[in-house]
Amino acid sequence: MVKDLKNLDEVTIRFAGDSGDGMQLTGSQFTTTTALLGNDLSTLPDYPAEIRAPAGTLFGVSGFQIHFGSKEISTPGDTCDVLVAMNPAALKVNLRSLRDGGIIIANRDGFNDKNLKLAGYDKNPLDDGSLEKFQLHSVDITKLTTLAIRELNLSTKVVERSKNFFALGMMYWMFSRPLESSIKWIQEKFKKSPEIVDANIRVLKAGYNFGETTEIFLARYEVKAAELHPGRYRSMTGNEATAWGLLAASAKSGLDLFLGSYPITPASEILHELSHHKNFRVKTYQAEDEIAGITSAIGASYGGAIGITTTSGPGLALKTEAMGLAVMLELPLVIVNVQRGGPSTGLPTKTEQADLLQAVHGRNSEAPIPVIASCTPAGCFDAAYEAVRIALKYMTPVILLTDGYLANGAEPWLIPDVNSLQDIDVKFHTDTKNFFPYSRDEKTLSRPWAIPGTPGLEHRIGGLEKEHITGNVSYDAENHDFMVNLRHQKIEGIANDLPDAIIEGDNTGDLLVVGWGGTYGAIKTAVQKKRIEGKSVSHLHLKYINPFQKNIGDILKKFKYILVPELNLGQLSQLLQAKYLIPVIKLNKVQGLPFKANEIEAKIDDILR
Amino acid sequence: MNLIDETLKDTPKIPVQKYTPKDFQSDQDVRWCPGCGDYSILAQVQRVLPELNIPKHDIVFVSGIGCSSRFPYYMDTYGFHGIHGRAAAIASGLKVARPELSVWVATGDGDGLSIGGNHFIHLCRRNIDIKIILFNNQIYGLTKGQYSPTSEFGKVTKSSPYGSPDHPFNPLLVALGAEASFVARGLDRDPKLLQTIIRRAAEHKGTAFMEMYQNCNVFNDGAFDLFTDKETKDDNVIVLENGKPMIFGKEKDKGLKLEGFTPVAISLKDGKHTVDDLIVHNEKNTMLSFILARMTNLPNLPRPVGVLYAVERPTYEHEVTKQIESSINKQGIGTLEKLLAHGETWIIK
Repeated sequence: MVKDLKNLDEVTIRFAGDSGDGMQLTGSQFTTTTALLGNDLSTLPDYPAEIRAPAGTLFGVSGFQIHFGSKEISTPGDTCDVLVAMNPAALKVNLRSLRDGGIIIANRDGFNDKNLKLAGYDKNPLDDGSLEKFQLHSVDITKLTTLAIRELNLSTKVVERSKNFFALGMMYWMFSRPLESSIKWIQEKFKKSPEIVDANIRVLKAGYNFGETTEIFLARYEVKAAELHPGRYRSMTGNEATAWGLLAASAKSGLDLFLGSYPITPASEILHELSHHKNFRVKTYQAEDEIAGITSAIGASYGGAIGITTTSGPGLALKTEAMGLAVMLELPLVIVNVQRGGPSTGLPTKTEQADLLQAVHGRNSEAPIPVIASCTPAGCFDAAYEAVRIALKYMTPVILLTDGYLANGAEPWLIPDVNSLQDIDVKFHTDTKNFFPYSRDEKTLSRPWAIPGTPGLEHRIGGLEKEHITGNVSYDAENHDFMVNLRHQKIEGIANDLPDAIIEGDNTGDLLVVGWGGTYGAIKTAVQKKRIEGKSVSHLHLKYINPFQKNIGDILKKFKYILVPELNLGQLSQLLQAKYLIPVIKLNKVQGLPFKANEIEAKIDDILR
Repeated sequence: MNLIDETLKDTPKIPVQKYTPKDFQSDQDVRWCPGCGDYSILAQVQRVLPELNIPKHDIVFVSGIGCSSRFPYYMDTYGFHGIHGRAAAIASGLKVARPELSVWVATGDGDGLSIGGNHFIHLCRRNIDIKIILFNNQIYGLTKGQYSPTSEFGKVTKSSPYGSPDHPFNPLLVALGAEASFVARGLDRDPKLLQTIIRRAAEHKGTAFMEMYQNCNVFNDGAFDLFTDKETKDDNVIVLENGKPMIFGKEKDKGLKLEGFTPVAISLKDGKHTVDDLIVHNEKNTMLSFILARMTNLPNLPRPVGVLYAVERPTYEHEVTKQIESSINKQGIGTLEKLLAHGETWIIK
């Protein structure tokens, strides 16, 4: 059957179903296949905090959105073009994100009386005409799945579980994607149960063939490869990239990595990923709590390893006292905070950027810690690498901020050349002549790293104030004042080591949009669109928040207006206003969701009206 | 220094020089209150360490907060004065990162069992090869006299003017309950016994827990007089020796026997009992260790001191090293090039 083949520049698809329906798996399979075809892409997994919320309920809906195209893609998409809804709840929750005229693929079998009632529908929306403005395709996915593997005599449970592959198969057909990558994945993943391999592959193909043979789909689409920078690519999520960045820094510095961590959403995958790479001599220590996570890492750093601890917001709060200790000890340490919605337990599976002030200031007394933020999922690699580099060079704890959106989102990553990574030279102090634990390197102000096991350098360190040079405990008033200033200077001095911040757009103009962290893609998309419309707007995205890069002040002065969009109530705004004494316009959203580009566009229009 | 090769080495290092206790004394003034029991514990540690044949640069003392936690400053080894309650966690990270080091924790009853209770039990269960010296004086000293988690029920202190409503912890039972592989109790005023325990703990492969009764003569003076005073000591303390029957008393005329699971103190002079009726100490007997530890708070029974329990089981850091070695054997040592090429990749021209 020949169908109309339409070319598209970009598409956004959202898979939605019960949290047990395997929508995250479906989405990530579609992502891998799409990446392999050379499209640029960005994803947004969106799932409930409950492991398996009651089936059919509105709060149990799990979604996965992918935006892909033959052009550069910076966000997971503001609205979707296709919604795959496995049940009425999934339809109800996600319908508002579907554009008018968009395609709905509904699993008709999931729209039974019970599920309709749970989702609060009086009538079946598939039949009552309420979805008129969309292209509705109602498919008996469960029944067709059952038929496809009827002869395998599998339990109803297994059949139920396979139906997501039917949906995936249909989408592969609709968007002209090959099945090979997913078939390979199924074979590998379920190699211990051949009957499951067989079932899933049959269902996947059945879904594909359904698209091929039935009349219901009017068109088939093609999205050509994007014109990306040449080179070797792989798909990366933020958490994977963070783990790999840390591994890379370990390899480049020749130091062992020690991760002390307590599982917490959405940071746990960093622990999972690193625990797989034991042949890098990585030691992952699943601690009894957050405090043991960081203090064990400090102990490891004291011993000469790269101590790392990973967590999310409430976990960072628990680590606070130990961060102060690390400041006092002047030992390298990297604290990764994958931010999530708060306060307290907040929205564990949703994103937010509201821990910025906690990262910059959240300790007792004057305890300066460098803060670095990643802007994109793949960018977490460089950010993590840079965090280790600074920690080792300046003998200081460093906080790396990512967020739930970056952590779980995926994008193609141009694999870097190993030689292009900045060198990390580490020398443990071994010279016994005139050794003082708190003497300092003139340039970096860092103290020597003399690790246990080094003959003749036996010394004592701890959380009590240190006497300058000797490191002996000192309660002397003048010394304390001096040391507080010295530690402050050391961190401020890191600014000399940072590259200048680069503006995307013109260096001067009416409006500068300043962002940090995971809002990068949305801001970039919005600014680019407005620039095409001829508006005088540029974009500055901060990767370093403490200290700021040296040219930030000058940049800010060259624009009439400064807009700071943040997923908090204005934390970067506060820092910028305090430091540079300039007024900023805030755009804040605290919904557990990333910005949509059009939200930023609207604000830009508003300001430049 | 090549850290990577060092950590894989399992051969014990021998110091080039013979040490004396003086070699382990740092240049810092010891600032405990005059008459504090800590002095004795410090002296015994400094006496035993030279005998262990461990280079002193391979020894690290880690502590939390409290009077006892000043301990590392007074040792001329590597030392780490941490934050309240976290010594066990800091030491764990250090030992796992550097298994070849000899790592010791100095902590108090407040530091180790109150704020640090969580880390303490997890260190015990993991069996990381760390030596824990718990200075138990049943009071908060550094914060000037509040009741601690080992203070007796009803104790009147600054924070409990009407008597403490808290039931105390028994540190030995906590350690045993958390699966510690070495559990002992010593007395600050019995240097010989302390030395034996410290030596045994040092030689033990795994978490070694030492509860040391330590007199705080400022805030809780005399808490352990019954067990340390010459007059009362012998009748109220039983010194455990592996393989020996449990005899105690000034005239070695008393013993412990078991009636069912209940230990009973008997007289060897009453004509009804002989040495053959007594419990023979067995450090490897798990059930016995609990019975002995439980005796602490039971009336009419002597307080057991010495090594209650000592069994060998694999250490955490050994298991970690094993996994790393086997992973390297299987996949080869990880390199950045291999990592970046790993997984599904594609080329864009």
